[in-house]
Amino acid sequence: MRHIISILLENEAGALSRVSGLFSARGYNIESLTVAPTEDSTLSRMTIVTAGSDEIIEQIVKQLNKLVDVVKLQELTEGAHIERELMLTKVKATGDAREEIKRLVDIFRGRIIDVTDSTYTLELTGTVEKLDAFVKALDMTEIIEVVRSGATGIARGERALSL
Amino acid sequence: MELTGADIVVKCLQDEGIEYIFGYPGGAALHIYDALYRQDKVKHILVRHEQGASHAADGYARATGKPGVVLVTSGPGITNAVTGIATAYMDSAPLVVISGQVPTHLIGDDAFQEVDAVGITRPCVKHNFLVKDVRDLATTMKKAFFVATSGRPGPVLVDIPKDITAEKTEYIYPRSVSMRSYAPVKRGHPKQIKKAVDLLLNARRPIVYAGGGVVLADAEDALREMVRLLGYPCTNTLMGLGAYPHDDPLFLGMLGMHGTYEANMAMHGCDVMLAVGARFDDRITGDLSKFSPFAKIIHVDVDPSSIGKNVKVEIPIVGDAKSVLEDLVRELKARAAAINQGQTKQWWQQIDEWRGINCLAYDQKSEKIKPQYVIEKLHQITNGDAFVTSDVGQHQMWAAQFYGFGKTRRWINSGGLGTMGFGLPAAMGVQIAYPDDLVCCITGEASIIMCIQELSTCKQYDLPVKIINLNNRYMGMVRQWQEFFYDRRYSHSYMDALPDFVALSESFGHRGILVDQPADVEGALIEAFAMKDQLVFLDFITDQAENVYPMIAAGKGHNEMHLHPGSGEPPQERELA
Repeated sequence: MRHIISILLENEAGALSRVSGLFSARGYNIESLTVAPTEDSTLSRMTIVTAGSDEIIEQIVKQLNKLVDVVKLQELTEGAHIERELMLTKVKATGDAREEIKRLVDIFRGRIIDVTDSTYTLELTGTVEKLDAFVKALDMTEIIEVVRSGATGIARGERALSL
Repeated sequence: MELTGADIVVKCLQDEGIEYIFGYPGGAALHIYDALYRQDKVKHILVRHEQGASHAADGYARATGKPGVVLVTSGPGITNAVTGIATAYMDSAPLVVISGQVPTHLIGDDAFQEVDAVGITRPCVKHNFLVKDVRDLATTMKKAFFVATSGRPGPVLVDIPKDITAEKTEYIYPRSVSMRSYAPVKRGHPKQIKKAVDLLLNARRPIVYAGGGVVLADAEDALREMVRLLGYPCTNTLMGLGAYPHDDPLFLGMLGMHGTYEANMAMHGCDVMLAVGARFDDRITGDLSKFSPFAKIIHVDVDPSSIGKNVKVEIPIVGDAKSVLEDLVRELKARAAAINQGQTKQWWQQIDEWRGINCLAYDQKSEKIKPQYVIEKLHQITNGDAFVTSDVGQHQMWAAQFYGFGKTRRWINSGGLGTMGFGLPAAMGVQIAYPDDLVCCITGEASIIMCIQELSTCKQYDLPVKIINLNNRYMGMVRQWQEFFYDRRYSHSYMDALPDFVALSESFGHRGILVDQPADVEGALIEAFAMKDQLVFLDFITDQAENVYPMIAAGKGHNEMHLHPGSGEPPQERELA
């Protein structure tokens, strides 16, 4: 099962390596990991997408909580939540493909953010599934590069992860 | 008044009440060493290798319950200390390790004796710090002691660049410190305590399985009171030995891979298990799929991540072992009328049958010295009251099986990491804490060599440790596995070219005694213990072929033990459900 874990951790050098080191040392898998400071500059917010049985996820949560730099965490997938990932894509765009790609970007509610004679750079946000679907839809097009931010997320409604 | 960072480190140690630190100087730590020189409150023990420093501080910590402090330099200083740090981490011993680091402006430059100490130690410390500003130094030191000694104890590293130890700031040592990200639970949840008592009172085949957490929490009195109130059988892990007295009729001995037949069979057959301060380690459980198939489990641990890690638990209780056991005792006393010791009568009959086979049998008539015999004699002569440290291997298991501990903090060994070389430096730490007590290091000829250089430290500080070397000229446990599982192909387990240990000890200024006849064992021990102010190295030439029994081989269950050929026939298995 895929799980999203949101973490507030001390914004200190080395905090990230404690988390990533924990995952590699204990053999847990990481699908993606994003981290950036919050409105409170002493805190970073991290989002980890991982997969495992309920027992493994329980251990991951406990082991994360045990890290002294982890202030608080929440398993987003436990309740209703919103998930977003940003993807930047550079594709070859010449001839008929220029129109075709533009239409596709519109359908997916993305944007073209840079243009050359032969390329487009596209921006798209959405769930992981949506981004995957977009990459699949680009099938015929020559993709030059894909940059994904990894998923971030936030709980719906009143539920929040804050101090 | 403004102090330099180096003086602040030493002042912090003084204000923390630290009497002894164990260390080895070097470039990046020289300012701190200079500050040590200019005071006499904190006494520094100079080891001969940094691994010795971390083991000695660990031994000191385990014997006293106080934090052990290590001081080493950057680079090889800290990398040498890592084995000891990892050892302390696995066995949850409170250590504060202070390491010098290259000056801030050189960090990342591959400077002389530079190593990423925080990075290298990260997986084997409870927490670590790199001090970047001298104004943070005192608070960081306080945090280090707080984290190391609270909750589930463990080692904490404070890495201090050399320039920080030269800079000056106002010194204020905080009386206490709180951290928003770290707040260990102490009390167990009252509802869980009640549920646990319900389950315990309804047990027909109960067992109490107590580990090192009981020792760390100083919870042995509460454990004993609870077990006696209920009249239930109790077993201890390797790390928990001493938590329940070895000679009490309710005690089943140690459990696990080399545990007693009765303890393992009772673990297998129990219907209710109370696990306290134990972590269901693989050397305890054997094959998890065969582990305690009938048991409903109550698990008390201060570390939530220990609960449910290996084994599914009915009633988890997060809390300090002492606090939870005291709460359990209180609840049991309030419901004293419901305690019916009669309901476990059949269970005790079964246990007594298991006890009947004498699983710790060995050949008493041998013409060679049997290692078990040496330990039994040691117990007799010391009245079971010595501090015993050990290294790792067969001798460690025999010590655990045959010494018989009545008190906690007397048995000090590397259980989790299994670090050969631990015994002698750990014994130094214990002897420094208890200069007038008898400290024995039970070891083997392979283990003792790993930190033999510390004989020199023992000489410098007049530490009269008694080394009991069970010398079988083999890495005994490796040899035993090769005999059982590798068709007697003794690949590199033979110790060729051993030194003359008597001459070796004497060259360090100690006494050595060679013993190769069973009849001389007792006399040699008595002779050695009479030399109260001397380190004595007793080199016992033991039977090379002796194996540790009983044994649960890897992948086997608790009811599938290898028994010594001299043990009785196991009783027929009964229907337990």
